[in-house]
Order: sequence, then C-alpha cells, then structure tokens
Amino acid sequence: MIKERQIIYKKELATNIYEMLIEAPKVARAAHAGQFVLIMVDEKGERVPMTLVDWNPEVGWIKIVYQEVGTSTIKLSMKKVGDEIYYIAGPLGHPSRVSKFGNVLMVGGGVGIPALYPIARELKRLGNRVITVIGAKTSNALIYEKEMSEVSDEVYITTDNGSKGIKGFTVDAVKLLLNNGEKFDAVWAVGPALMMKAVAEVTNGKIPVSYSSLNSIMVCGVGMCGACRVTVGNKTLLTCVDGPEFDSYQVNWKELTIRLQAYKKEEMISLEMLKGAGKV
Amino acid sequence: MSKIGHRLEPKTRPPEIRKKDFEEVELTISPEEAIKEASRDIKFCAAPCSFRGCPVNVNIPGFLKKVSEGDFKEAYKILIQNTPVPSITGRVCQQEIQCEGQCVLRRVGEPIAIGAVERFVGDWALENNIEIPVTSEKKHKKVAVVGSGPSGIVAAADLARMGYDVTMYEAFHIPGGVLAYGIPEFRLPKRILRKEFERLQNLGVNIELGVVVGTTYTIPELLKDYNAVFLGVGAGRPIFLNVPGENLAGIYTANEFLTRVNLMKAYMFPEYDTPIHVGKKVAVIGAGNTAMDAARSALRLGADVYVIYRRGRNEVSARAVEFKHAEEEGVKFIFWAAPVEFESNDGINVSSIKLMKMKPGEPDRSGRPRPVPTGETFNFDTDMVITAIGFYPNPLIPQMTPDLKVDDHGRVVVDIEGRTSIPRVYAGGDIVTGESTVIEAMGWGRRVARTIDKDLQKI
Repeated sequence: MIKERQIIYKKELATNIYEMLIEAPKVARAAHAGQFVLIMVDEKGERVPMTLVDWNPEVGWIKIVYQEVGTSTIKLSMKKVGDEIYYIAGPLGHPSRVSKFGNVLMVGGGVGIPALYPIARELKRLGNRVITVIGAKTSNALIYEKEMSEVSDEVYITTDNGSKGIKGFTVDAVKLLLNNGEKFDAVWAVGPALMMKAVAEVTNGKIPVSYSSLNSIMVCGVGMCGACRVTVGNKTLLTCVDGPEFDSYQVNWKELTIRLQAYKKEEMISLEMLKGAGKV
Repeated sequence: MSKIGHRLEPKTRPPEIRKKDFEEVELTISPEEAIKEASRDIKFCAAPCSFRGCPVNVNIPGFLKKVSEGDFKEAYKILIQNTPVPSITGRVCQQEIQCEGQCVLRRVGEPIAIGAVERFVGDWALENNIEIPVTSEKKHKKVAVVGSGPSGIVAAADLARMGYDVTMYEAFHIPGGVLAYGIPEFRLPKRILRKEFERLQNLGVNIELGVVVGTTYTIPELLKDYNAVFLGVGAGRPIFLNVPGENLAGIYTANEFLTRVNLMKAYMFPEYDTPIHVGKKVAVIGAGNTAMDAARSALRLGADVYVIYRRGRNEVSARAVEFKHAEEEGVKFIFWAAPVEFESNDGINVSSIKLMKMKPGEPDRSGRPRPVPTGETFNFDTDMVITAIGFYPNPLIPQMTPDLKVDDHGRVVVDIEGRTSIPRVYAGGDIVTGESTVIEAMGWGRRVARTIDKDLQKI
C-alpha cells in the first residue's frame, strides 16, 4: 500500500538532475499544465515550488524534475524510494492559457524543459503545430529530448559547447527560425530568467502571444506573503496566485533577476552547514 | 478607591533580557494574583464589558466570580462557552478598547486586568488537562471549515460542540493561520497553539493540512461532500506602498518577514533551512500590531530597529501594551514621515528611503488627523525594510470561484448572518471585513456557526 507523499520512483536523468514520482492523489486529481506544487522535504525544510511535469489522476501520482542546487534539493535527493516527503500542497497557480493558436513555439532550457513538457503536450492535443527548441550546457546535461519529441512536430537542440545540435543558446535557434521566415502565433519559454528574457526580446513584435513561467523566490505560495512579487506591465503581481505564467513582453526582467539574488549568501551558509554535518 | 484597589500589572521579563530571545515577554499571573484581581470585580455592574466590549460576549462577571472563589474549573467552563481558546484570546485581544475599555471600574479607578485573568484560567486548564465533555447529540451532518485561523477555530469548535462532523482545511503545514505565521513566539508561544489544536481534535474536529481550497478542492467539490462550507481564509494579500524601488532586495512585507521567522523558524537558520536576511538598521513602515510584531522580531534578530509612521504617537493603532513593550525593548519611532522612494547603492539591495515629512491635517473617517505631506523630504539610511501597512482579503478562493460574490476590495459579500452568494457556503472574519482583529474574526466564527446550525436544522 503506497502512502500519501511517498516516493514511488526516482531516477537521475543527468548529473545532479533527478526525476521523481510521488504519491499525491489530491494534487493529481486536480492538476493542469502549467501549475506547480509546494514541497517541504522535512519539517525543518524550506517551502520550495516545483512545476508539475506529469500526473495521473486515476492512479494518484505526480512527477517532478529538479536540479540539485542548494540545501532543499540536495535533501530531496537524499530521500529514497519509499520515503515520505513531509509536505506537498497544490496544485497551485493558474493553468497555462492553452488553446488552438495554430503555430506554437516552445523554448525550454535545463530543468525548464520538463516543466515545458505538459504545456507542449496540451497544445499538441489541442491541434497546434508545435515547434520546440531545447537547450543545455552540454549534450550530457540535456534532458527530456525524447518526451518533447513525442509532443512536437519539430525539435531543435542547442548546447553551449556544441556537443549536440546548434552551438549556442536556445535564443540563437529562435533567431534562426525567425530569420528563416517561420511564423508563430504563440510562444512559451520556461527556463532560467536570463533565457526567458532573451527569448522575449527577440520574439517581441514578431510573435503576438508570449508566456514565460517565472521562477521567483516563493515562501507561502498562496498569495499572502508577497515574496514572489514581480512587476508586470507596471503592476505588482504575485507569481504564486497571479502566475506563474505571465506575458513575457510585460515582465520587468531586471527586477526579477535582482530579486532572485536576494539570498545568495544565506544559500551558501545553509549548504556549508549541510556539508559540515557530513550528510553530503 | 481603597475598596476597588489597584489594577494588577502582569509581570514581564526585563527588556534587556527578553529582547535577545523569542521567549514569552509577559508572564502568566499566579493563582493568588488571579483571585485577588478577580475579587476587585464589583457586584451588580451591568457588565458592559461582556455586552458592548467583547465581540464574542464572554460572560466576564461570571468567570471573574468563579476565579475570585478559587474555582478555576468553573471559570474555564464559563469562558469556553464563548471563547474556546482563552489562553490565546487572553494574550492577543486588544483588551484596552474592548472588555477593559468598557469596565465600570475604569470610571472610578483602574479597570480589572480581564485579559490577564482570562489567560491565567486558560493556561491553568491546559496545564491541568481539564476537558469539558461534549454532550450534544450527533447531528450526522458534515461541515467543512476552510482556514484554521481565528474565525475557523471558533466556527469549528462551536459546530463540533453542536454535534456536527467538522473537517478543517489548512493550506500550510501547521494549523493556526495568523496565529501561527503572524503572531510571534514571544507573544503567543506555539506550544499554547499546539495544545489548543489538540483540544479542538479532542472535540472531534478533523484537521487536514496542505489542502489549498480553491485548487486542491474547489468549492463545488466540497459542497458535494459537505452539508455546509465555512470560509475563514482571512486577510492574506499584503498592500504595497506603490512607490518606486519597493521591489528591491531587502524589502519585505511584514507577512513575508513574519512567515519566515514564525512559521518557517528562520530565526533558527541554518538549523532550519529557510533563510532570513536581517539588516543592521531596519525600517518598519506602519504602526499597527503587525508592524510591532515585525519590529520586535527584527530587534531580536540583532537589528537596530526604527518604526516609521505617517501619523503621530497618539495615532499608533497597535495594542497599547505592544507599543509600550516595543519602546521598552529599544525600538525607535519616527513619526510624521512616509516613504516616497526606496533607493539602492548597488542596484540590488535597498540602501536608503526617501521620506516625506508629514503633518496632521483634518480628521479623516477614523477620527484621527489625516497625514498631510509637507513637501519637505529627508533620507533615511537602512539595509532592510519591512512594510506593514495592511492587507487585502486573500484572493485565492474568490479567483477560483467565479460564483462567489465579492466587493470592489475583494471582500466576500455576506448577509448579516454570514451567508455568501452561493447556497450552503458561509464566510466570516477578515475575508469578509477586510482586516480586523483576532477576536472580531472569532466573533464572526461564532455568529456563522449559529447560522449554519439554524440553516441545517431545516434540511
């Protein structure tokens, strides 16, 4: 008998990048593409937002993919199949505003690719022509190529070092597509803030509808603390309850980047402590 | 004067010691002190404290009489008929404008320290594990209480006592709402909150954590499983100043700062994983209860703290005792000043605030002088800002429930008895009023529980 919040399956997709299936029937039954959950690994843990990559409402599991970057994600990786996660709440945020647009461009970077996957799948199901650009630092770090291929009409790959596909960033491939005269009705970008910003800059004026899924630092996830606030079209909005997807052309990217750096020092301290405790 | 005696002032821990930790500031009075203070109550007063002063109409003369006789168990029984959590209300109610504000002894001397005596009785009952059995018959009807804050606690306790099957839904990992994330340990210890929730569970209330009603379960879904739904989700969304630079790093809303410190225990970072950036010189904007809680928490984390308020000393809206404790502990106040811009040296972190000097103008709707800009500004250097200027109702449920009628401010519209625009859905507390006090929210919980009972009797 699998208990609620138990880890069902765990796999390292690439160095430090993990895919995890967790029993969460309440979340799975209500989930939509573009939504996320908040996870606390243990009772002393942070509240960490994780985008839903996949879910099964009948069986009751959810899937997340994450990269080990700090204390919380390292602690999550230390959990084994059969272990329980302390807390999972969701689904949170608005579902992606998917519909039949026609030609849709999907741009994903790093662990943003799995987060992009359910949105692409939904857009494909709705009858859109889905063109996908995914990128990573190296071919070894590239994940979800197969999954994205299954829900895309065409897939373009970029790597920073040229070990696979086009040498460069995802935005370089986007530029190539646009320069070749490809026309798109909508674009989704999920990845690092700098990547989403770069995509927004080159597609602005060329693709009418543009969404980015923001990765602001979050605490409550339910609209009461304001930690994840962003400026969108000169209005202060909350990523958790007003997003997580916003019009890429309206987002104040500079501010988002500033706010993402707020805890750099503390993140180092926490990590040192975890290492000092001999847990890693 | 001699006959009615002097008011008991509860002992507090010395400011220079308490400002260095998160232990409780005010101490629970002793049984002897409680008996002596309760004995100051005069016979045959009209009890305006209960009827006009207390939003949940606690029978104050009744419980005081039992305390004066040394019968604390009977006193507790009387108290919990109206406040299921006297240990909490005794600590956080704004007594000086409620019960104690109405006390007839105020006119001839000093009001009875009702809050301190109430808190004593509550703590005594918790320590001695006094349980008051529920006697009502099972109604075999189910009610969902959404939110585990003040209004939800009272609604759940009342409905459970009436014999309903109650399930309480809470989005966070710890129940209590603002009592858990907002009010700091030094004012309301979490062990008290935990015990009060154990009591609620003993009454038969089922508590489900990590459920976000609106998305995990929608209101229509809950209506399939429950005979009635009570929404007590509170005032969540913080109000922003909307001045340039407000989103620089190092600027927190009080809700974020307090949630990190209280709920996530960031004051124990890095033992707990949630970090908090604590500045050397902290500016808290606003002078309500939340502002005091934030200022005193920042002080305890080692900062030099300034409360900046656009009005004057006499207009401070926090409980008088919190203001007093804050000053005793060394929180400094800058009155008649309002932020017009936040500035940064490195382009990332806040480094100073441009403040507008204000002056008192004509009285506003609250009767207090309206703050008027003088046109003169000055700069205040700071490396951390906490804004505490109020809240809007939590937007999540209204966003996800189009049929639920809300007003222009996002407040759920209810009739006088707490019925919303959706049949069998009720609401109370800050989600309805916008922003008020713990005890006023509790008053709503009580009122709406009665309405639910009345309506469910009919079906």
